[in-house]
Amino acid sequence: MNAVTAEEVMAITASRLLADHKVVFAGVGMPLLASAVARRRQAPNLTIVLEGGIIGTRLLPGHLPISTNEMRAAYGAQMLTDITDVFLFAQRGYFDYGFLGAAQVDQHGNINTSIIGNPLHPNVRLPGSGGANDISSLCNEIFIVTQHEPRRFVERVDFITSPGYLSGYRTRERAGLVFGRIGAVVTDLALMDFEPDSRRMRLRGLQPGVSAEQVQRHTGFELAVPDDVEELPPPSVEELQIYRALRGDPPPSPPDGETPVSPPRPSAAAGSAPTARRPA
Amino acid sequence: MGVTTFREARRELEDTERVVADKRMSAAEAVSLVHGGDHVAIGGTLYSRTPMALLFALLKRRPQRLTLSRPLACYEVELFLVTGAVERIVTSWVGIGLPWGLAPIFRQYVETGAASYEEWSHLAMGLRYKAGAMGVPFLPALSMLGSDLASSVGLRTVACPYTGERLAAFPALNPDAALIHVHRADMFGNAQVDGYRHMDADMARAARRVIVSAERIVSPEEISAQPGATMLPHFVVDAVVEAPHGAYPHECYGLYEADVEHFDAYVRSVRKHGVDAARRYVQVHVDGHRDFAAFLGEVGVERLAARAAAAARLTPR
Repeated sequence: MNAVTAEEVMAITASRLLADHKVVFAGVGMPLLASAVARRRQAPNLTIVLEGGIIGTRLLPGHLPISTNEMRAAYGAQMLTDITDVFLFAQRGYFDYGFLGAAQVDQHGNINTSIIGNPLHPNVRLPGSGGANDISSLCNEIFIVTQHEPRRFVERVDFITSPGYLSGYRTRERAGLVFGRIGAVVTDLALMDFEPDSRRMRLRGLQPGVSAEQVQRHTGFELAVPDDVEELPPPSVEELQIYRALRGDPPPSPPDGETPVSPPRPSAAAGSAPTARRPA
Repeated sequence: MGVTTFREARRELEDTERVVADKRMSAAEAVSLVHGGDHVAIGGTLYSRTPMALLFALLKRRPQRLTLSRPLACYEVELFLVTGAVERIVTSWVGIGLPWGLAPIFRQYVETGAASYEEWSHLAMGLRYKAGAMGVPFLPALSMLGSDLASSVGLRTVACPYTGERLAAFPALNPDAALIHVHRADMFGNAQVDGYRHMDADMARAARRVIVSAERIVSPEEISAQPGATMLPHFVVDAVVEAPHGAYPHECYGLYEADVEHFDAYVRSVRKHGVDAARRYVQVHVDGHRDFAAFLGEVGVERLAARAAAAARLTPR
């Protein structure tokens, strides 16, 4: 198997956060790819929703979308509706996970995809929120996946496009964001969550071969570091095969002495959820 | 914020005689419904079902002082920026697409203050059109609260009269004109769409004037054979334009995929030559042709057929 890339480590770690039978509202790129890996591995009944009005997409391996509003993103979907409708499902509380990338993220999980520098005279005008503000305001649990670089991990974002825990403690709730929590931040170096009271970013797990000091060096603010930081398992052969097949990368040749793993399992049929989701 | 209040929008509609008539016209005739200073809402989103044939016809007129709004905007806004047509863009996202990075011309105009970008969240755009479509002055929701987006656009909150809960209040947007591209329409304006509908239905119903371009003009019987696919009834629509491949180089669900090589060529040239390259694009592709069909002639039948074949592989038959 070819050497594992930082991107693969990040996507596969992120994919493990998604449980079966849940509904994930995914951004395009890494969040969608990680969701699709989960669906082909531990979560065959994971429903992937995209903001382009797309519910239950399956994706055609080797033909990944570059936006959430195109036929590749809708491949195999169960329902196509309008954009506003998808966000209203989120507001109603149907979406277990919201899954986002970030140009800039801060110690309280706030995301900036709008403006670098002074908002009135921006150094760089980034594309903007798209649906990210709504996803982080309305989904039940938010996951953020991004590369671990000091310029991305800042103490305070220049502009809060998408709210995390705002200034920490209860400020998110006090702003009227009564639903949703920021569950985890996944990078090529680490897995992080937030301290229960201060809502300050906290180290939870280290990618293989990475030290806590190394993570801190790549972070523009002081991370909370508990005693029980775990080492994250490296991507398995199965996970890498699924990921690479989705991307349409040439199939890897198995290393000597290793049996090729079975191909990705087919998606389970709809309606196979074993438990009722509503009380009788 | 929109310039037309919900009361004005309603009164104007009541005062307008809306006849059931043949509304077919050329794209050039239809875009004369757009005036300088108008707020023009552009249907579709990003590079999906963008009304390109109508936008090219509008660009040709060199309108002035427009405000453009869309759910997510693509390179088409750059063409309006470089021709001096647009002062303000109201949307939630502007870019060409993930692999191309930031939109360079858009950045230049906004960073230098030559144009303004009023950024709302995606749902906010949807609810603003929906409030406009519903004939109410605002809609409450739980998005944008606590963010800097809220303060940058002057978003206000409202207390629920029943529970006291605080909600964001999204002001109605009633655009002066909406340009919408659909799969099929009859001559009266009954318009049908396949696949996702973006924000088109609300955007059109909110707007004061609605121009629809359609891949095919069909008989009223063909519309009635599949009434569930109708997104807009005739009384919403003011003009109907026949425009096969009318969203090219953007996609039209089930019919053709986006031509990303066309985007590539555009991005490469603006990276190298900046605003001049975007102006040159307008000269060559818009001004250089009699109409959109002539532009498609330059693109060529083979290239269009390849995009159609790609769409056929990706959508249910």
